[in-house]
Amino acid sequence: MSPRLRTFAGFGITALLLFAVAPLVLGDFRLGLLAKYLCFAIVAVGIGLAWGRGGMLALGQGVFFGLGGYAMAMHLKLADAGPGELPDFMTLYGQLDALPWWWAPFANPVFALLATVLLPMLVALLLGLLIFRRRVRGAYFAILSQALAAAFAILLIGQQGTTGGTNGLTDIQGFFGYDLNDPVNRRMIYFIIATALLLMLLAAWQLMRSRYGELLVAVRDAEERVRFLGYDPANVKLVAYVVAAGMAGLAGALFVPAVGIISPALIGVVPSIEFVIGVAVGGRASLAGPAIGAIAVAWAKTALSERVPSAWTYFEGLLFVLPIVFLPGGIASLVRLRRRRTAEAPAAPALEKVPS
Amino acid sequence: MTGLSVRDLRVVFDGFVALDGVDLEVPEGDVRFVIGPNGAGKTTMIDAITGLVKATGHVGFDGQDLLGRKVHRIARLGIGRTFQTAAVFEELTVLQNLDIAAGWGRRAVSLLRARRGVPPEVGKALETVRLSAVRDQPAGTLAHGQKQWLEIGMLLVQDARLLLLDEPVAGMSHDERDATGELLGVLSRDRTVLVIEHDMDFLRRYARTVTVMHAGKVLSEGSVAEVQADPRVQEVYLGRGAS
Amino acid sequence: MIAGVGAAALTPYPRRGLPVSVIVSQLFTGVSIGAVLLLIALGLALTFGQMNVINMAHGEFIMAGAYTVYVLQQSISSAGASLLIALPVSFAVTGLMGVILEVLLIRRLYARPLDTLLVTWGVSLILQQAARDIFGAPNVQTSAPSFLTGSVQITDDIVIASSRLFILGLALAAVAALMIVLKTTSLGRRIRAVVQNRDLAAVSGLATGRVDRLTFFIGSGLAGIAGVALTLIGPIGPAMGTNIIVNAFLVVVVGGIGQLKGTVIVAFVLGILQSMVEYATTVSVASVIVFVAIVAFLQWRPQGLFTLRTRSLA
Repeated sequence: MSPRLRTFAGFGITALLLFAVAPLVLGDFRLGLLAKYLCFAIVAVGIGLAWGRGGMLALGQGVFFGLGGYAMAMHLKLADAGPGELPDFMTLYGQLDALPWWWAPFANPVFALLATVLLPMLVALLLGLLIFRRRVRGAYFAILSQALAAAFAILLIGQQGTTGGTNGLTDIQGFFGYDLNDPVNRRMIYFIIATALLLMLLAAWQLMRSRYGELLVAVRDAEERVRFLGYDPANVKLVAYVVAAGMAGLAGALFVPAVGIISPALIGVVPSIEFVIGVAVGGRASLAGPAIGAIAVAWAKTALSERVPSAWTYFEGLLFVLPIVFLPGGIASLVRLRRRRTAEAPAAPALEKVPS
Repeated sequence: MTGLSVRDLRVVFDGFVALDGVDLEVPEGDVRFVIGPNGAGKTTMIDAITGLVKATGHVGFDGQDLLGRKVHRIARLGIGRTFQTAAVFEELTVLQNLDIAAGWGRRAVSLLRARRGVPPEVGKALETVRLSAVRDQPAGTLAHGQKQWLEIGMLLVQDARLLLLDEPVAGMSHDERDATGELLGVLSRDRTVLVIEHDMDFLRRYARTVTVMHAGKVLSEGSVAEVQADPRVQEVYLGRGAS
Repeated sequence: MIAGVGAAALTPYPRRGLPVSVIVSQLFTGVSIGAVLLLIALGLALTFGQMNVINMAHGEFIMAGAYTVYVLQQSISSAGASLLIALPVSFAVTGLMGVILEVLLIRRLYARPLDTLLVTWGVSLILQQAARDIFGAPNVQTSAPSFLTGSVQITDDIVIASSRLFILGLALAAVAALMIVLKTTSLGRRIRAVVQNRDLAAVSGLATGRVDRLTFFIGSGLAGIAGVALTLIGPIGPAMGTNIIVNAFLVVVVGGIGQLKGTVIVAFVLGILQSMVEYATTVSVASVIVFVAIVAFLQWRPQGLFTLRTRSLA
């Protein structure tokens, strides 16, 4: 098979699995879980682009996931409450008698939907401009992105009256007029999420195979060298980082109707770094690896912590250690190795070196 | 005026004077060799011209002031360089390396598309630097000499009009040197070339003019014969037994 | 974001009186937060700053140091004696943990610093769960020695807890000791040689592997000292490391790697900034303002306050 044909076949099989096999095989509960995993997979696709191809270890994707999630949840809470009414938690904590000004625009569905993606992208753009222009990179970038996640979570927790504090925004009932308690509507949410994942995979595929994708790899491996060819590497990195932030925002927005909650515990330092582990396991620089890894890790978490909660943490710890030390290319590198052994295809352009 | 013009170029690292008032004129179309003992400041001069290190003084090329501009802005003015240890994108193929070098002016739309076929300027450069046969190999798998040529090829597609080559034939075999020398002749037809080189045999065969640097300054300048006859140059080099 | 060691861990200081005394009082609070920041970041200044290893399990080493005090207090009833014994014992325990980590994992990853970050994060998860399984999930408390339970009256408005003064003294003593080791001993010379030019040091006959292990021993041992100090101002729990590790790394990043003085200055400056901003706003808003301040600072000094200057051009 030519690489091109194989890619199309890959997308076809993925679509078949997502849209036909999974809904037929899985019950409502399991399908709901899968919807949640697919949201994590969307975040992972973005991290694969930024980290695997761009060398930017983004440890604060939870912030963008959270911005998207909160933007969606704010709109849904306002819609649940009805026109002119306050969301339930605001009256519950009893500190407010009027809607805060920054909540008001989220009553508009168009604004809220746009904000779920554009708000994270805007924040990433601002931060990226400041960081990449000054050539802050590598470990410095990773630590800064982690500090952003910590600061954002603390900010949300502190604003109990307007953000729900530690509890977050919970108990979301409806989704643009559809009752989320109805299993049929929950299936619809699943299909929306699956579509989004497929579209994001397509977008990442196009970016990776484009000239921009080649340039991104060049910047990853020799940032200074690229300058002498007339490019500003800061702009090259910025694009990947902002796209990854947009994907995380979209995932956060879809997570809310799928799970019915968004809270600081889902977006702080720990969940942010957990987004990365699936990417490392699946293969950071490949297209499908991050998504598959994210789904597999999330599934393993549910399965293991249902049975032996403490075993999951040990297992997760080992997931960070063993694959990264012994298989830095992730599962994807095993597949490629096999393919090379069977000598079906000529050596593919080796874009998938592991960035350090 | 055309060509490269350097006046009173000074670079200081933490009190250490690396370049101490360098003056240099390289007319358009010249093949200028810069020689000098280790630590004379040859590479530092290229670093200063390309914006990698901070410098004072004046550097002009084709009427444009270079000092104080960012590295990528200087590159866009048509100044290209190579590095002592070949700096190519090892994970990318030869073709991808060249395509990237050709691309800073591309529009966003064309960047977001995959490359189709071989752009004409890239094909021409592949021929010129004799890498057509290996164009789909990752650059990391190339022989040392081939990597140097790839870097020169990247300067060609970048359409650099001033080429600054830092020891291009170091570590090359005899045949590779000859090929590189011929390449210099081809390059200089419509470009200005400045070469840092230690290999005196190579210099005698391919240099048009020579500048000798010593301790951050220009010691001597002229044709190969003139420079070799200069007693000051002999003094600097004889002590090292390198002439 | 320094809140983990900031106001949350501090008993609030009196907020009455004149603005001047408020400022002085917040200044003392800030210095006291800074001392904690310094202690938790000092080991990292060595392992991250000198060796370029990002050890996310450093926070769990601090936790291990704190639990060492707890264990010692089970057998030694005197709180004062157990605290003093805990200092060297914690240093040895966490130093040894560091060496084991270096030998087993980090050594394989010197060429991949970002991967080290993720791998040591995995180690930190395992250590946390181990702490939960051994000591239980709820926080535990140690009793402070009597000579550290009181407070010192500075002025009418300003009272400083003795434990805070002790931590300040401990932090400064640790810095002084580390500086002396680095500047005067042959080990220190070897460490600096490896930092400045690993290849040259190896060629000159230095056993760089041994130097790495010793550096890691000291850096991790300092985490144990920090753990002992933290028992004086808050509870001990399996998750205590996660809360402080990000702050500790920020201090080293902003201070600049390769030199200790950056870490020292930045720890106190961030502590004071945190305390002032928290007073003016709230803990949660302060966390964002401090982050913005750090990003702004990096616009001016992207490599941190101090950098190891080299002539290397690339």
